[in-house]
Amino acid sequence: MATTAPEKTPPASQPKAVVRVGDAVFSTATLAAGILILLILAGVALFLLFQSWPVLKAQATDPESITGGGFFAYVWPLIIGTLVSAFIALLVATPFSLGIALFTTHMAPRKLAPVLGYTIDLLAAIPSVVYGLWGLMLASHLVPIYAWLATYFGWIPIFAPTEDGGISQTGRTMLTASLVLAIMILPIITSLIREVFLQTPRLQEEAALALGATRWEMIRMAVLPFGTSGIASAIMLGLGRALGETMAVAMILSSGLLTASLVQAGNQTIASEIAQNFPEAAGLRLSELISIGLVLFIITLIVNMAARAIVAKTSVKGS
Amino acid sequence: MSKQIDIEDLNIYYGDFLAVEGISMHIEPRSVTAFIGPSGCGKSTVLRTLNRMHEVIPGAYTQGKVLMDGQDIYAPGVDPVNVRREVGMVFQRANPFPTMSIKENVLAGVRLNNRRLSKSDADDLAERALRGANLWNEVKDRLNLPGSGLSGGQQQRLCIARAIAVQPEVLLMDEPCSALDPISTLAIEDLINELKDEYTVVIVTHNMQQAARVSNRTAFFNIAGTGKPGKLIEFNDTNQIFSNPDKEETQNYVSGRFG
Repeated sequence: MATTAPEKTPPASQPKAVVRVGDAVFSTATLAAGILILLILAGVALFLLFQSWPVLKAQATDPESITGGGFFAYVWPLIIGTLVSAFIALLVATPFSLGIALFTTHMAPRKLAPVLGYTIDLLAAIPSVVYGLWGLMLASHLVPIYAWLATYFGWIPIFAPTEDGGISQTGRTMLTASLVLAIMILPIITSLIREVFLQTPRLQEEAALALGATRWEMIRMAVLPFGTSGIASAIMLGLGRALGETMAVAMILSSGLLTASLVQAGNQTIASEIAQNFPEAAGLRLSELISIGLVLFIITLIVNMAARAIVAKTSVKGS
Repeated sequence: MSKQIDIEDLNIYYGDFLAVEGISMHIEPRSVTAFIGPSGCGKSTVLRTLNRMHEVIPGAYTQGKVLMDGQDIYAPGVDPVNVRREVGMVFQRANPFPTMSIKENVLAGVRLNNRRLSKSDADDLAERALRGANLWNEVKDRLNLPGSGLSGGQQQRLCIARAIAVQPEVLLMDEPCSALDPISTLAIEDLINELKDEYTVVIVTHNMQQAARVSNRTAFFNIAGTGKPGKLIEFNDTNQIFSNPDKEETQNYVSGRFG
């Protein structure tokens, strides 16, 4: 460049940068909020670790004093129960959520769509105690279905009846609890996926339509690929909710030992185990409950990290 | 391949609002027709009625006829999906599918027509379409990379390749160069010149030099004021529109003395 830029001579004494009071207050406040989150998380983790310590110590010296004869023997069935119930809930809820979200964003008549959206959001507002009550009522109606499953699909371990051919007569089984969980996590997954679908770039949708795509083909070409990462994170958030859900499971499930069958009484989840036993627990028993709380904390942490990893991997670049 | 288009007394509505009124025109096959006019005059709206894309907007509908080789695309029982398979469209901003590779982008429309392509057919078709869009030499080594990695002009030509891969009768272009630099624009204009040997091309443009360069005939649309419907003012040979138009309104617009 031939033109000379106006010369920039650094002033002899640097003038002080202007500090605006509003900006300073705002940045301090946001920083404080950010630090507070970290402190709370660290506090919870430390509390759980500290309170679980007696159990870990007992595991080393006298495992027989722990319920179930050892920490891992105690926590193992609970982990399985928690994961299985959450997994079934996801398995049931995800297709429905996808369907409802697609229907409300791309298929429903324009007058019906918002009504449906509100209804879904209302589902999220129902307290879990109410879901628990409703699940108890539902349970007894499911018994004939479970009996049918046990009769015709009893050879599959998850539908197996007991040795004398019986199934739970109250219907308060793992399957019922999981189904209620599915309904509980449905709204959160649906509304998150709906938000993602609403943000599909119009240009992408029109690109598909202009090629002669039908509505379903347009959804497959433009809406779903764009929403993949959003769908994944919605499912993971639903999983997080299902893992930690306490009240409904505690009320519905007639808990017991770990069993593969979902149509018999038995099994237990971590959150429900804590809620049911906490009021009478003291001493080592209390530490046990807190230690399984720590396990749940770690599981949800892993789930969330996995969710982040999936989102980072699948998010659509460009556009 | 390529059909003539006859528009007869076309009114276009958005709900109760009459957006475009009384359009009649005859578009020859294997020609380039440019739509020019100020913003909001309805030229894009008219373009989008030619493949029934305006119906995507809720409440939009038309009165009148649009005939492709004598067949009314608005006749009852005509599926808009089939219309769009015969009438390709290129948009203002390039919109390749971000999750698909370059090759899959080109083949996206073909795969919709449920044809099960053998690998060699697919390769041939992709090459032919990309050559047709003057993009083959630039992308032949990276056909399996995502289309979003290309430059803006390349992406737009990829979209043209995608549109011509299904061998449409008509190709609509809605301001295809408005987001591109002059060199990419030139590449697209050269391409339009070649495309008219095979297709009926209709292009909306804000750039009057572009209309003058690429089109055989030019339609000038105007609007009397906000809230009034857009109308076709003059439809004539491009040379005549830019040198000696019939209407004073056209003269004012093309010479820059607007309004």
